[in-house]
Amino acid sequence: MKVLAIESSGLVAGAAIVTPEKVIGEYSTNFKKTHSQTLLPMVDALLKMTGTPIEDIDAAAVSGGPGSFTGLRIGSATAKGFALALGIPIVSVPTVDSIAYNLCGSPYLVCPLMDARRNQTYTGLYTFKGQDMTCLSPQKAVPVEDIIAEINAMGRETVFLGDGVPVFRDVIEEKVKVPHFYAPVHLGVQRPASLGALALRYLDQGRIVSGGDHMPVYLRPSQAERVRAQAKGQKA
Amino acid sequence: MIEVPDRDIKILAIESSCDETAAAVVRNGREVLSNIIYSQIKFHEVYGGVVPEIASRKHIEKINPVIEAALKESGLQLADIDAVAVTYGPGLVGALLVGVSEAKALAYAAHKPLVPVHHIEGHISANYIENKDLEPPFLCMVVSGGHTHLVMVDDYGKYTILGRTHDDAAGEAFDKVARAIGLGYPGGPKIDKKAKEGDPDAIEFPRAHVKGAPLDFSFSGLKSAVLNYLNAKRMKNEAVNEADVAASFQKAVVSVIVDHTMEAAKTYHVKKVALAGGVASNSALRSAMEEACKRRGYSFYRPSPILCTDNAAMIGAAGYYDYLRGIRAGLDLNAVPNLKLGER
Repeated sequence: MKVLAIESSGLVAGAAIVTPEKVIGEYSTNFKKTHSQTLLPMVDALLKMTGTPIEDIDAAAVSGGPGSFTGLRIGSATAKGFALALGIPIVSVPTVDSIAYNLCGSPYLVCPLMDARRNQTYTGLYTFKGQDMTCLSPQKAVPVEDIIAEINAMGRETVFLGDGVPVFRDVIEEKVKVPHFYAPVHLGVQRPASLGALALRYLDQGRIVSGGDHMPVYLRPSQAERVRAQAKGQKA
Repeated sequence: MIEVPDRDIKILAIESSCDETAAAVVRNGREVLSNIIYSQIKFHEVYGGVVPEIASRKHIEKINPVIEAALKESGLQLADIDAVAVTYGPGLVGALLVGVSEAKALAYAAHKPLVPVHHIEGHISANYIENKDLEPPFLCMVVSGGHTHLVMVDDYGKYTILGRTHDDAAGEAFDKVARAIGLGYPGGPKIDKKAKEGDPDAIEFPRAHVKGAPLDFSFSGLKSAVLNYLNAKRMKNEAVNEADVAASFQKAVVSVIVDHTMEAAKTYHVKKVALAGGVASNSALRSAMEEACKRRGYSFYRPSPILCTDNAAMIGAAGYYDYLRGIRAGLDLNAVPNLKLGER
């Protein structure tokens, strides 16, 4: 079973080929946002470097959102193109879950924080027992204060990670009442290999979709829909 | 000149530059084996125009079913396809990126060459589909919601822009005027329909000409003249005859477009004239251009309405000639929202 993992939900762009036995290859950059130009060349380099014919891929795993709307669609369209051409399914992994899975085995409460702009974070809360991940608070878009309140209520030592850490660090230091620390740089943001490893577990559980049915999860309506809903609400 | 191979070339084409998700299979650039268009218009109507983020979301939702339907209807398998062609500009960047990312992955995984196609070249090439004898050079007037270009098609893939708009695209003017007289979105077909009930000579709206550029266009002055007319009427509490406004406005747009096209044909000694783009479906424009061509003994070409709207068959037609010319995209192909005609 070989999964090709595709990550482009945030600043990180990358890919990995993962089997239950090993990560055959991983190519990841956290550099500039030109994912439409870099993603497929990275996949190509990875397949070539590892001598993997693309026909050997059994499923395309994609960071299913939330994240940058355009970034999510670049990853999803790439996965959909593979699914259509190769006749393989897609495993859509919630982005916050896959970031949390970087810290698989952690004895602490794991809190990924993505910078969602507009004073919000895409976040969730996770614990691990060995390799098994339990989601205590599913991914959502909220003000960082909301997730901090949840953490304080749980009263457990917490590790923060994600590209939201530098954005919210001051608020965390001010408001988090439990012992806490931050993940090191090599585990701190989206990792294609983590995405692929978690996707293999989802695959075991039968959590797959067809290329046609897969849709990114935005966790937010478009601005036009939001403005229109507000205007309607004011009228009513 | 291009060399035509002695075997059939089948192109799978993908288009997602605005609010239509489309895929088609085209044989030898001129024979449409399938042409699937998913129009999102009903999702944009309530906003009075295309909302880019909503367009992108609909594209990613529909792109696989649309491509699968195009393949199925063509009776071909992906393995039978010779190349994948995709619109990479101009258009809405987020919308384009869905088609480009999908086409790149699809072509890569299926080991097919990928041909990057210019959206306007697609519109122009729509004329090849129903006119098997049409070959360059010819003059093409491209009119749509986003474009107003008077183009000399020197050869396949070779274009000289003779005239362009300095402000609004013709279709944009239709949308704005339609909104002002309460017809809603999209304006082109709604004004076309309303104008049939009105008198095109009821109101004298200005025909704008651009100083020093006799083949260029300007529609913002005309649009303002219509808005001023409507305001003046409202100030005086006089009833507005919407049909007359629609017909008179439409005549002003059509006459400038036809005049400039005829002027260009005369100046550049071409006897073949084509229309292209969404506004090429406009019945007044079609009949005025046809009549003007007939009077001068020119051949007149225009695509059927289904090939005027954004579609992928036209991308397959343009893609075929680009394919024969050896144009290929790399894995790093990006969307180019402001891509100029004749540039790569």
